[in-house]
Order: sequence, then C-alpha cells, then structure tokens
Amino acid sequence: MKTFNYHSAKDVKEASKLASSNSAFLAGGMTTIPSIKLGLATYKDIINIKNIKSLSGIKVSGKTIKIGATTKHVEVANSKDVKKAIPSLAALAEGIGDPQVRNRGTIGGSIANNDPSADYPSACIALNAVIHTNNRKIEAEKFFKGMFETALKNGEIIEAIEFSIPEKSNYQKYPNPASRYAVVGVYVAKHKGEVNVAVTGAKPCVYNDKDLAKALSNNFSSSAIESVKISSSGMNSDIHASAEYRANMVRVFAKKAVEAC
Amino acid sequence: MASLVGSRVERKEDKKLLTGRGRYTADVNFVHQTFAYFVRSPHARAQIKKIDTSKALKSPGVISILTGADIVNDKIGGLIAGWRIKSEDGSDMKVPPHPPLASDTVNYVGDHVAVVIAETLDEARNAAELVKVDYKILKAVVSTKDAMSSDQIYKDIPKNMCFDWLLGDRAKVQEAFDKADKIIKIDLVNNRLIPNAMEPRAANADYNPSTEEITLYTTSQNPHLARIIISAFNGVAPENKLRVIAPDVGGGFGSKIYPYAEEVVCSWAAKKIERPVKWVADRTESFLSDCHGRDHVTHAELAVKNDGTFLGFKNETIANLGAYASVFGTVTPTYLFGPCATGVYKMPAAYSNVKAVYTNTAPVDAYRGAGRPEATYTIETLVEKAARELGMDPAEIRMKNFPTQFPFQQTLVHSVDSGDYVGGLNKAMEVADYKGFEKRKRESASKGKLRGIGLCSYFEACGIAPSPVVMMLGCGIGLWESAEVRFNPTGNVTVFTGSHSHGQGHDTTFAQIAADQLGVPLENIEIAHGDTDKGPFGYGTYGSRSLTVGGTAIVKACDKIIAKGKRVAAKMLEASVDDIEFSNGEFVVAKSNKKKTIGEVAFACYLPGTYGEVKSPLPEGDEPGLKETSFFDPVNFSFPAGSHICEVEVDPDTGETKLAKYTAVDDFGTIINPLVVEGQVHGGLAQGIGQALYENCHYDESGQLVTASYMDYTMPRADNFPEFNLGFTCTPATSNPLGTKGCGEAGAIAAPPAVMNAVMNAIGTEISMPATAEKVWKACNKNKKSNSEAA
Ligand SMILES: Cc1cc2nc3c(=O)[nH]c(=O)nc-3n(C[C@H](O)[C@H](O)[C@H](O)COP(=O)(O)OP(=O)(O)OC[C@H]3O[C@@H](n4cnc5c(N)ncnc54)[C@H](O)[C@@H]3O)c2cc1C
Repeated sequence: MKTFNYHSAKDVKEASKLASSNSAFLAGGMTTIPSIKLGLATYKDIINIKNIKSLSGIKVSGKTIKIGATTKHVEVANSKDVKKAIPSLAALAEGIGDPQVRNRGTIGGSIANNDPSADYPSACIALNAVIHTNNRKIEAEKFFKGMFETALKNGEIIEAIEFSIPEKSNYQKYPNPASRYAVVGVYVAKHKGEVNVAVTGAKPCVYNDKDLAKALSNNFSSSAIESVKISSSGMNSDIHASAEYRANMVRVFAKKAVEAC
Repeated sequence: MASLVGSRVERKEDKKLLTGRGRYTADVNFVHQTFAYFVRSPHARAQIKKIDTSKALKSPGVISILTGADIVNDKIGGLIAGWRIKSEDGSDMKVPPHPPLASDTVNYVGDHVAVVIAETLDEARNAAELVKVDYKILKAVVSTKDAMSSDQIYKDIPKNMCFDWLLGDRAKVQEAFDKADKIIKIDLVNNRLIPNAMEPRAANADYNPSTEEITLYTTSQNPHLARIIISAFNGVAPENKLRVIAPDVGGGFGSKIYPYAEEVVCSWAAKKIERPVKWVADRTESFLSDCHGRDHVTHAELAVKNDGTFLGFKNETIANLGAYASVFGTVTPTYLFGPCATGVYKMPAAYSNVKAVYTNTAPVDAYRGAGRPEATYTIETLVEKAARELGMDPAEIRMKNFPTQFPFQQTLVHSVDSGDYVGGLNKAMEVADYKGFEKRKRESASKGKLRGIGLCSYFEACGIAPSPVVMMLGCGIGLWESAEVRFNPTGNVTVFTGSHSHGQGHDTTFAQIAADQLGVPLENIEIAHGDTDKGPFGYGTYGSRSLTVGGTAIVKACDKIIAKGKRVAAKMLEASVDDIEFSNGEFVVAKSNKKKTIGEVAFACYLPGTYGEVKSPLPEGDEPGLKETSFFDPVNFSFPAGSHICEVEVDPDTGETKLAKYTAVDDFGTIINPLVVEGQVHGGLAQGIGQALYENCHYDESGQLVTASYMDYTMPRADNFPEFNLGFTCTPATSNPLGTKGCGEAGAIAAPPAVMNAVMNAIGTEISMPATAEKVWKACNKNKKSNSEAA
C-alpha cells in the first residue's frame, strides 16, 4: 500500500477545500480502501467526511424523502420512515453486499462511485431523485454520466439525495453469485402520470428503459412487458452473464418487479 | 465410566478458534524479523531474458533481493513430484525442473521470479515493483483438452505429456463391449477449482546462528513432510537442524499438504541473512499460486445389457497437472482416481486410461477427495444416463449392480473389506422420501418450476496407507502414522500424533479415544501435533486418514501403556500379572479386588522408590517412566460408502437452481463423535455443491486468471444450502481395531453427481459443471425451441 495523507474534515467547506485531483473522500471506505489495497488506485490525500454530522440522517417531508450522503446502507434498510414511505428503497439497501458492507458503506459513496452494477443508482433514476451537493442540485438523469462517471466536479461533495415518494415501486435484482452486486437490477416506480423503469447492471451505466416505461404507463401489468423488445446490443458481457442473458433478465426482473408492486 | 466413543462431545478447540484466540503462522513474530515479498510472473509463459534489481536494491528498507541465480549458486534443490507414475509403454513420467525461484522461464501467472526482503512489508512490496524483469513472452498453453496438440512448453517433454497411464485390460473390456446390448457414452469436464482455505498460506523462518538451526512456522497439513522435503530435496538444512511447526492452521483441503516455493525460500533466506523472514500470502497470491484442484476432460463408456446389468467400463481422461508436477499431482489423477472410476458396482471388465498434461496454469494437486470426486462424477453421471436410456429407475439400476458379498474384490485394485450398499441406498430413499418425489414435482410445476431428483452412490478408498502398497505403486514416502502416549508424573496425559488438525477436530476425537482406552477424564488429556520437535515423525492429515491410521496408532500406544501398567500394578499389589484386569482406569486383582488407579501407577513409574526402604514398584527389566510409542501401518485402505439424493428446483425463466432437499446417508464405519462427523459431512457437501453449481476457475486464452478474487470466483454461501438430511449406516472397517473408515471427503465426493443428476433430471438435457443460471437458462431455452419445432 502506498502512503497517503489522512485528513478528517470537520465540515463540508473544509473537506471541499482539501480536495484535489489526486484525493478521495472517505465515507464508508468500502470502495476506496479495497482499491488502494489492491493497488488499483493511489491517492495523495484521503479526506474523511464521516465526522461531518450534517451529512448524515433521514428526513421525510410530504412528497420526498431526503437521505444524507454518509447515511449507511444499514440505516436506510432499518429506517421506519423509509420502510413506510418507500419500502422498496429500504429493501434495496438491505440487499447490498453483506452485513459488513452495509454497516460501513454509504449512499453518497455508492452514487459518487457509480459502479455499473451498483444498486442505488437505479433507485435515483426510478424515484426521480435530486442530488444535493455543496454547490447545486442535480437531477438523477443528469448525474450518472457513464461507467464510474458522474456530473460531480473536483471537490464537489454530495450532501444528500432527495427521492420522490412514488405511488408504488419495487426493486428486483439478480445478484452476481460471487460478489452479490447486481448482474441485472430493475427498479420499477409508478408516479402520478409517469412510470420509470431503471435498469442497473445491464449496461455500462444505469438507464431508464423508455420502452418498458411507456408500455407500463399505458398498462401497469406484467403482461404489458411481454411484447416490448429488449435488445441485447450495448449490454455488458462477462464470465457471469452474456449480453443475451442480461437482456432476458431485464425482462424477467421487470415483470417480477411489476408483479411485486 | 461411560464410553466416550460414539458420544457428541463438543469440540474442545472451538472456544479458542471461535473467540479469535487461535494462534496462526501470521500471528507469530520474531525480534529482528524481516518481510518477504515475491516478484511473480505476470505472464503465463515467458523466457526471462534479464532481471535488473539495481534500482530496487536502493529502495528504502531493502535488505536483500534473491533470484533464480542465487538458487543455482547455493545449490538449492527444486520442488518435487512425490509419486512416480509409469506410462502404459513402461516409460517413466516426464517431469520438468521446478526451481523455487525461476531461472530461465516462467510457466504460469504467479510463478516465482524473485524475492525482496525488507524491514517492513510495505518496503518489500514497493521495492518489488522496482525489480525490472525483461521477458520474452511466449504463446501460452491453457486448454486441458488441446494441451497435447499445442506448442511444446518444455524442451524434453513432447506433446506436453507427463505420462499416458493405463490401469486395467483393454482386450477384456473390448470383449465385454462386443457382448453388450447397448453402449452408453458420456463426455464431461470436471471443472477446475481453487481451494480457498480461510487462512492464506504463510511462512516465518527463524535462523539461530549459534545452533545453526532453522525454525520454520508454516501453514502445513504435514510439518514432518515439509521438513523432510526442505531438508532432503531442497537441501536448505539437515533434518536435525530444521524444526517445522504448523500451529493452528485455518483449513487446507489438500492445498497445504506439501511445502511450496515460499517456505523453501524463506528458510533459505533466513539462513543467508541471519534474520527471521516472514511471508504471508495475500488473497490474490492465494488464488494465483495455491495448487488448484480437479481439471479433467473425460470420455467414458459403459457397456450394458438391456436388463441393466453392467458388462464393462472405459475411462479415457486428460488430466491437467498445471505448469509443474506437484507433490501429489501425479497420483491424484491415477491411483486415487482410476480404481474408483468403476464405482460401487460389479463390473466384469474395466480400464482407466489417463493422459496427464502440462499447461501454463497453476499446478494442480490433491483437493478434498483428490481423484475420487472425479471418479465418482464420471461413473455416477454415466450410470444415471444408462438408467435414462434403458428406461429404468436410477435406484433400480444401481441396486441391480451393487455387490452384496463382502469382502468385495473391486475390478481394478481394491479389495473392499466391508459395506452394505443396498441397505445404504434403501435408507437414503426412505430419508429422502423418494416415493413422494412425483407429488413434489407436480407442486413445483404448479409454481412454474422444474423439479429434478438425482442420485449418487459412491465408495472411496481412503485412510491412506498401507505403506508397502503405496510405495509399490510409486509413492515416495510411507503412509503409516505414529502416536506417542505420555503419562505425566501427576497423572495427566499428553498424546502426540503425527497427523495434523486444521479443522478436523482431533483435539476432541483423539482425546475421546485415549480417554476410553486409559480411563482418564477427557479434560486431563492433551493432544499435541504440528511440531517436528515434539513427538515422533508422522505423515500428516489428508485422504481421510487421521483417525483410521493415526487414531489406531493411539490405541496401540495405549495398549502398550496398559501392558506395562499391568506389570507395575502386579508388583505393587503383589499379585501375578495374569490376575490383573484393567478397566475404567483401574488395575484390579480379580480375586482380592485390590487395586491401583492408572494415575497411581504412572506416579510410581516416575518416582520408583519408597521412603525408608530400598524398594521399587518396577518389575525387574522394566524401565522407569510411562511413555509408549506406536507406529501403525494398516493392511488395507478403508472404504467409506454411501448414497446421496438431491432435489433441485429450477426457474426456467432465469435458470436459477435452488437446492430444495439434500439427503446424505453414509457408512463411515464406527463413528467416534457424531457431532464432528456431521460437521465434516456438511463442509464436504458445501464444497461438492459449490463445484456443481458455483465454483469455476477460469483462465483466459492468454493464461491470465480471470477468477482471481471473490468478485469473480463464486464461493458457495450458507444461504445457498437447505437443511441437510443426514443418516448413517455402519459396517465397521476390518482393517483397524476402531472399525473407522474416514469421513472428511465424502461430501465433496458424492455431492457433485447427486446435484448434477438432479439438475439434468429437471431440465431434461446434459450440461456441464458448474450449472450456473445462464447455462441452465440456455439449456432450458434450447429445449423449448426444439420442443416447439417438433410440435
Ligand atoms: C464486498 C462488497 C460487496 C458490495 N456489494 C454491493 C452491492 O451488492 N451493491 C452495491 O450497490 N454496492 C455494493 N458494494 C459497494 C458498497 O455499496 C459501497 O458502499 C459503495 O460502493 C461506496 O460507498 P462508500 O461509502 O464505502 O464509499 P467510499 O469507498 O468511502 O468512497 C467511494 C468514492 O466515492 C466518493 N465519495 C464518497 N462520499 C462522497 C460524497 N459524499 N460526495 C462525493 N463523493 C463521495 C469518494 O471520493 C470515493 O471516490 C459492495 C462493496 C463491497 C466491498
């Protein structure tokens, strides 16, 4: 392991100031620490943001639920408020990795990292989330740019993620049997006048499947999915699943999600 | 005192292991210790043109950098293949040199090129990045199937073939096949596995310049073997100047039976720099450089009559040895595999032909079951296919061909002393509610799921021993086991065993045996193992041998203790030795009921005198002390057997396979501790099911290991398993006085065919291991299409 400078920021301003092109924020460390240990990443500065109180916590208002960036997966999974307002979001958090990962990993870290097979990005898309940073508010559709790529600028810190409470929603995931990340995850959410079908794992970046969404806004039932064409082109292919299999799983899991709504 | 043998005594060792108080090699530290980091080959096959260490040597904290040139200079010997196999044409097997640090070529990703020794691990690792190795990259040979027709890896080894071995009689098999009504054929791959012991391999070698002695702490299933190899073959130090200690070891599954390059290099380097050298594998190194398991490509045929009677069997296998012939790498696909391939059946004629090949992948060696899982998978999927093709019930075809007379002379090698295969399968069918399957299948179908059932009846040859037999077959060592039972003067007992516990529970089971034999309470007995300076030479733990061979040595040593105790008690009680009876820890004169406890006798042996008069309790000719040693070499292997029945439920939409029900009925002979045995069966099943459904070692075409982390190598997890239904039958082994047969490998042997037969039964088509969701989905779809085409 290469050495680095460790800082613990007391507030968002200090954290942002310490950041450079060669630094990482330390939230749960569940991505950053293994990357450093495996020699996949080296940083000059590691900036701990876990001691910044304002970044953590869950607040429900009438139509939205706002989750602080350093809120851990386990806290979202166990939150009575989340379970009541958006049960599928609590269930998603409960299905991330294993207990050790859920006890440390954070929602902000997860979406900042934007792993193509991470779970939370699909929730952001399906639930019309707004990402609050120290500078601005970003709509989820504009936040996830590509594989491990987001709209975040250097030194920009996610403060919270604000989800719209849907009429109904459900998330279904086919976990990679080895890592338990999503090989394919489908998040279906029915809002007033709109349906989103966010798919993670299948392509290099999370996306809203407009064809499925359209079919479901006309007829919110699993049978509506049957006739939708799902192309495997552009889908990921690896030792765990071919593009063709992923395309099938998008359909199967979209159906399951609708049925479970 | 009630007998402890057969009772569910809780494992004595669990308290320390479960509370984090185990003491593993990585926990051992010495004053002035240094750290080793290995420079490994990033290429599967390359020539080393030049190694430049100049920049690395200047890196902070670096003490020494050693390469293959230093190995040559110091005349350090290569790693060995421990079992000599001859080809069908009588020629000897071909073995490439395997230096602990490569001299001119590297032959798999992870092969050892150099070692950097520094004051800290970080310094060693950072300097290792600065070692410049100039490689000429060569085309790698990766595929098992194509190895013989690929580029030649070693100058003197044409077709990359180590040997072309035959067991059995081709002509007799041909005769049998000529008489057959039907010939059932199968092509299969036994997928390559990575052992994944919980504790990575490690070594810490300390050199004492005053005594010129090396003490090597290492993760070994077999410290005595490590010592003799590092001493006699690698030439690092004479045996009497090398002490090997294997403290707590966190699992081995075969991968820690023998020493690797790292232990040799650490010991040698410690002597060179006169400081302790410590190395602990990180997980990536474990994936890359622990010996892997299995990796066979097999074509097998079974000749049958229309009524299901077996007439003959052929087995043509290509076995991948990896880049080098490892210690038990050559016996695993031959004598541990070939004889068992005819399964639990009367088979009038049979042969096994195995071509072992070298490839540019990590060496392959024994892995839980070693050869017998491969054998069982071959015959049991073939028999199931025969049942399908003949329209017979898979249980019925098995029953029809089971031997019912024991001892049973198995076709190729073994004389099986005891067993009851019919009774075992009947019991398994009862426990599994075999009759109720059709009803459960309909229930699954109503939920849109495909349910399948699969059987496996197996036997295996384990308890390995007998030395004259294994040495006749090419083994470079004997396989007896030792025990020393030492009464301490105050009456408690230390039992030294040459076997080694790394999860098997010897501290408990062996203590139960000694407690019963000696009539001493369990808590007063200590089992000592894993240190070549404590207790006599032994052969370690693998091949389900420890209890059957090592446990028997304990019984024999206890017998000697009791025999001496009788003589001493007779003198103390002024009786004749013939009148002394021993039971429950007491020596009793039958007629007078006068007695001495074994503790009193032990005390008298160590303090042989009486105050005020010259009088010894020791009979003339008996020496003081109470300590006996026994070396036990059984006359035969032992032959556990059983029948497993698996039920799966497949989701045809996703291909996901769920284990719905698993029944295992095993005959392990006498069971010393059912709790420990059940644990061993559970662990074996987890590994066997892992092979069938999840685990797969995958190299890409260039020889890079794709599944080099837990992100890609699928380990089975607790939530993949149903509650296991276990049952036992018992026909005691006749080759040892305990009647035990060995239980450590059975689960890993029986589960893969039971699971795969169930999957294939569910989806109605053949598929290979592991039956991953995508593979099963594709197979289901293929069927769907062909169904609709047919309709
Ligand atoms: C074994 C294992 C299994 C896993 N399984 C899953 C799974 O099934 N599904 C899944 O979705 N994920 C999974 N993960 C990932 C997990 O959810 C991590 O928590 C997540 O990827 C990163 O969150 P973190 O808080 O640990 O971030 P860290 O590792 O601390 O940081 C990751 C990155 O995000 C940046 N960052 C962190 N916080 C902020 C912030 N507030 N503002 C801006 N940038 C920030 C950092 O600079 C860094 O670059 C798994 C991880 C492991 C180790």
